Amino acid sequence: MLTIDAKGIYYRDLNNKVREAVAKGEKEIFLKNINGQYYIGDGLRGDVKITIEGVPGNDLAAFMDGPTIIIKNNAQDNIANTMNSGKVIVHGDAGDVLGYGMRGGKLHIRGNVGYRVGIHMKGYKKQNPIIIAGGKAGDFFGEYMAGGVLILLGLDGDNKRPLVGDYLGTGMHGGVIFIRGDVDKKGCGAEVGITDLNEEDKKFLKEHLEDYCKDFNLKTEDIMKSGFKKLTPASLRPYGNLYAY
Amino acid sequence: MFKSLAVPEFLAKIDPVKCIRCKRCIQNCGWSVYSWGGDKVLIDTFKCVKCLRCYHYCPEEAITIEDNPVIYRNNANWGYNHIRNIKRQAETGGIPLTGMGSDLPYPILFDHLLIDACQVTNPSIDPLREPMELRTYLGKKPARLEFDKGPDGKLRLKTKMPPQIKLEMPFIFAPMSYGSISLNAQKTIAMAAKELGIVMNTGEGGLHEEIYPYRSNVIVQVASGRFGVNPDYLNAGVAVEIKIGQGAKPGIGGHLPGEKIPLDIAKTRMIPVGTDALSPAPQHDIYSIEDLRQLIYALKEATNYTKPVSVKIAAVHNVAAIASGIVRAGADIVYIDGFRGGTGAAPVIIRDHLGIPIEHAIAAVDDRLRQEGIRNEASIIAAGGIRSSADAAKAIALGADAVALGTSALITMGCTVCGKCYTGNCSWGITTQRPELTVRLDPEVYAERLINLIHAWSHELKEILGALGVNAIESLRGSRERLRGVGLDSQTLDILGVKPAGR
Repeated sequence: MLTIDAKGIYYRDLNNKVREAVAKGEKEIFLKNINGQYYIGDGLRGDVKITIEGVPGNDLAAFMDGPTIIIKNNAQDNIANTMNSGKVIVHGDAGDVLGYGMRGGKLHIRGNVGYRVGIHMKGYKKQNPIIIAGGKAGDFFGEYMAGGVLILLGLDGDNKRPLVGDYLGTGMHGGVIFIRGDVDKKGCGAEVGITDLNEEDKKFLKEHLEDYCKDFNLKTEDIMKSGFKKLTPASLRPYGNLYAY
Repeated sequence: MFKSLAVPEFLAKIDPVKCIRCKRCIQNCGWSVYSWGGDKVLIDTFKCVKCLRCYHYCPEEAITIEDNPVIYRNNANWGYNHIRNIKRQAETGGIPLTGMGSDLPYPILFDHLLIDACQVTNPSIDPLREPMELRTYLGKKPARLEFDKGPDGKLRLKTKMPPQIKLEMPFIFAPMSYGSISLNAQKTIAMAAKELGIVMNTGEGGLHEEIYPYRSNVIVQVASGRFGVNPDYLNAGVAVEIKIGQGAKPGIGGHLPGEKIPLDIAKTRMIPVGTDALSPAPQHDIYSIEDLRQLIYALKEATNYTKPVSVKIAAVHNVAAIASGIVRAGADIVYIDGFRGGTGAAPVIIRDHLGIPIEHAIAAVDDRLRQEGIRNEASIIAAGGIRSSADAAKAIALGADAVALGTSALITMGCTVCGKCYTGNCSWGITTQRPELTVRLDPEVYAERLINLIHAWSHELKEILGALGVNAIESLRGSRERLRGVGLDSQTLDILGVKPAGR
């Protein structure tokens, strides 16, 4: 295992060190004293595992293809931007615009997430991106969603803010959102249909939650006790009648 | 279903005496204007768009396509298009779409600019007999160069040069995605780009495996839908372009309807077959110049700082300030698309009424970047209505480093600018995915025509440079002193930084 002390290191130099280490075949990297450095794991490939101590900066794991990144604290915005494969585990909260255009891999967040999470996520063949957030989420959750899976658990939040913000799934035309709790149709985009889970959904959900629970030492049964709602697009062509030809 | 009250634009006619009933017109029309009536060809003229495919493929010259004389009563205020669009909207409730650049008679400043020439007091140059340099490098240029002495005692460049795109001539092909145009059309452009030593641009449609062999002549685009974007894609081409906007539809997104997404396009865009490919209007991770900087550097990190990053915007009112922000955000190239720029599909109302012309935009951006002392930090690509080498020369004299060609490249493939690209019925096999239509466009044949065009324009550019008495395109770049305006008011001349003819 390679340990890099990131104290006072500019992001470009830090990411260069990481890239060089991965190119040399390093399988495990420990980054300590991280303090807001951008672009960690950006465009990185391979099966390396990177553990981060401290709060990393924006665009973590952007365009990433393969590696696993574990963040022991909070994380910031734009994680997993257009990520292709791999896994990011955040033990704290994470910020806005997570998983923009994400095509594959997993993003597991223990705490709350910000606004515009899962925008334009998309699936492709076997690739099926998954974001699971343990806490609450802001507005525009799953906006323009074209594929993949968004799961929001609302585990240990207070009642001061709603489970999920407004404009939920606005413009959604693919993929699926699972929300643990009730969903108000009024807060959703017009393109969203809300249903209860069938047995197949429950099996699917359980499978993904087991992996999530393993990352955070939680019990799947406890989470599965409460009811979920499933949100899917009402149409694959939400704007089919918009134009005059 | 009642008959539409929007009168047909064109009347397709077949001379019954000349017609030999070969049915070639029926085969060739992508819009199904013609059908076989047992003993003669039947015509549904409502469907005609005057693309002239049938006219060219009729062996007997029996077909004529006329503008419909039965249009609405002449009215300078209520024009044909206004009345027709209202009728179409009344019947459908939809937004009328269109293709290509605006056809409205807005002033075209290129047609009010004239280029200088040498007479008596300074010699002109004959490009046929003297070397003439058109080579152009796109990318960030260092503010100063440092040299040191190598072990052999010779001077060598110490400054590390930022990555550049090398062009043999100051032309590139404008972004046109696989989806908006056919794969054969894209291949035609790629083959021509490779042969010419210039570049094409994927648009936001991913990079098809058949275009990969041309990757050293390709700019890959990243836009709000992130279609086909993965680390392979980002590193495939010679540069990465962030698309913010398009001249024909500034501020609005793209929308490739699901029925136009067959397997091959879905594969290239990396999305499921049959779903809409929606490119949201904004990139939702970019709400500021700071956010743009974040994406620019995310792309530079993902490509290990080996590729220039371009940012494409539509020319809008504050284009100079925006371009300055883009350059300060770290872009190596600013691509400006004027409002006359083409499109595969855009709402008519957006195309015809939003944005500003490219001529004003180039001058304003070049001025601003010079005033701020950052003109060297990025190259400028001008696009949106470049119809000839003269337009290109004028754009370069106003301050562009290179110009992008979209419509003119398509015209070499048979396009007649009928503007119906959005229907997906292009009879010339360009803006369609129907296999029986795309097969008509043989990339080998049409790449040669496109190469011919660019060679011809390059020769013309050299002749212009020769007449100006300079021997490199570099000497014309930003040289507005070599332009004069005719019929332009003083404020426009001031914006363009050009003197009136006679001064």
